[in-house]
Amino acid sequence: MAEAAPLGARPPARTLHVAVDQRFASGFAIDARLDVALEPGSMLVLFGPSAAGKTTVLRQIAGLERPDAGTIRFGDDTWCDTTQGVWRPPQSRHVGVVFQEPTLFPHLTVRENIHYGIRVRPRSDPASGSASGFGDRVRPGSDPGQTWVRPHRTVAEIEKILGIQGLEDRYPRALSGGEGQRVALARALAPDPQLLLLDEPFAALDLPTRLRLRREVRTLLQLTGTPAILVTHDRGEALAMGDAVAVLIGGRVRQVGPVSDVFSRPADAAIATSLGIETVVPGRVDGTSDGLVRVAVGAVSVDAAERDPIPNDTAVYVCIRAEDVTLESGASGPASARNHLPALVVSIAHEGPIDRVTLDCGFGLDAVITRRSREELNLAPGAQVTAAIKATSIHLVPRL
Amino acid sequence: MDWSAIWLSVRLAVTTTLVLLALGIPLAYWIVYSPARWKFLVESIVALPLVLPPTVLGFYVLVAIGPLSPFGRAYARVAGHGLPFTFEGLLIASVLYSMPFAVQPFAAEFASVDRRLLEASWSLGASRLETFRRVVIPLSVRGLVTGIVLSFAHTLGEFGVVLMVGGNLPGVTRTVSISIYDAVQSLDYASASRTSLLLLIVSFLILTCTYSLQRSVWLKPRR
Repeated sequence: MAEAAPLGARPPARTLHVAVDQRFASGFAIDARLDVALEPGSMLVLFGPSAAGKTTVLRQIAGLERPDAGTIRFGDDTWCDTTQGVWRPPQSRHVGVVFQEPTLFPHLTVRENIHYGIRVRPRSDPASGSASGFGDRVRPGSDPGQTWVRPHRTVAEIEKILGIQGLEDRYPRALSGGEGQRVALARALAPDPQLLLLDEPFAALDLPTRLRLRREVRTLLQLTGTPAILVTHDRGEALAMGDAVAVLIGGRVRQVGPVSDVFSRPADAAIATSLGIETVVPGRVDGTSDGLVRVAVGAVSVDAAERDPIPNDTAVYVCIRAEDVTLESGASGPASARNHLPALVVSIAHEGPIDRVTLDCGFGLDAVITRRSREELNLAPGAQVTAAIKATSIHLVPRL
Repeated sequence: MDWSAIWLSVRLAVTTTLVLLALGIPLAYWIVYSPARWKFLVESIVALPLVLPPTVLGFYVLVAIGPLSPFGRAYARVAGHGLPFTFEGLLIASVLYSMPFAVQPFAAEFASVDRRLLEASWSLGASRLETFRRVVIPLSVRGLVTGIVLSFAHTLGEFGVVLMVGGNLPGVTRTVSISIYDAVQSLDYASASRTSLLLLIVSFLILTCTYSLQRSVWLKPRR
């Protein structure tokens, strides 16, 4: 987005360092280690099954909960260091927080809610004439030599993107769930936080609203240059919104990396189970015919049956469950499956009665087959096969 | 009707309520938000007047503000007169006596404010005190009104404590309830019934206003 480019130097990515321990009376323990560079406007997804400790870690980053022991640093700011006795309260962390429910102040109008944080924390820079309190300034924590000038982003612009102009004089009780969550987002972004924390903010919304809001959030982040962390257990949401993903299982961060890497190459079986066993590769829509969407994945192209049309040239993730890939020996004749991809067997892993076959068909693809089928097909690493996938089994997730 | 007694009672009730507003809000705030383990002790002390006979409370207040106590002697030295049987002495006793009627509704209402609203406010940069002022207080209007009305009405009708601490000096410590008691003692039933009826009507009107206000939506938008 050209207009999103900040005037002047692009601000540097800031590293979020989390190493926290917390024990609960129930016996559940969090031992989360995370080091990830957050580019301006990018989103890190904190993904995991429910009760994995995602929300607790997010609340510790926000300063709303104290870990028993550990450190939390963002860029050069130390927010928590129990060995040094450092604890910065949420007020001085300059983060925006959006909860699952829109926790708007019920006694204030939408306008007063959105301006709440601005009145508390007025811009110290008198040079900016912006009435809304937005102006050029140096981001706290960035190197003194590397100042960057933030584009003027007024509250009005944020409201426009979220489509909540005209609601300013209403009270929160007169808002729908989607409107409430939009106002909560505007309120969190209005004081220009250095990090936005989202705790399953779309979970309570109906599907169409959820999809629209995801797109709006993505636009807002790119426009404001605010990095964000999103807690979710919805894999579709993680794929659609995340740039990077950290998988949290049982209170531990098990894997961190770009979304497609983590989803395609889970580090172990537990992670694979929590993610859903799937191949996830980036592709680009290359045309639509007869209700089939043709997607180019590198040099290969695959056909997917999608109910909703996707415009040409849209960047998508192509998701294929390993269970939906059938293998045929050598070249194949016509069959009901739309996709027949010549592939090379890279490796075979034995998982009890089934085998996981990793293929190279231009992109990495996993298939699971029974041991008996593997023996009948006489598969071994290096063998040439054809991977057949029905178009209805290929799922496309447009990237926002 | 004993107008000087009525005027005295109203003055006492208004002053007591104002003092309780100033003391009760910070105290209720502390009770609700302090992580101190021993705060149940403070809560118990605040609630004591609910169960203690007024004469017992009055007796201890009398001793505490009298010439037998260091506080009473210090006050007498500064002010030139002792506290017992004065309006100031009565005020101290009334504040203690009506304390739970203010602090408990305040604290209950503060505690009912959704904690996530406080967290949202903190994350938006507002200090704890500012959050209290801008979020908790406006959302606790009902509890504040209830506490104010109850302490006012309770002070208006107090008897035992006043008798112990203030005695029965016309215009100084003779409040409405004591005036009624005097009238009955001297068999002046007509005067007693007039004053009693007045007190009954006033109390009923105050409570009616309070409860009708609490019903109305503007006091507290529903969460």
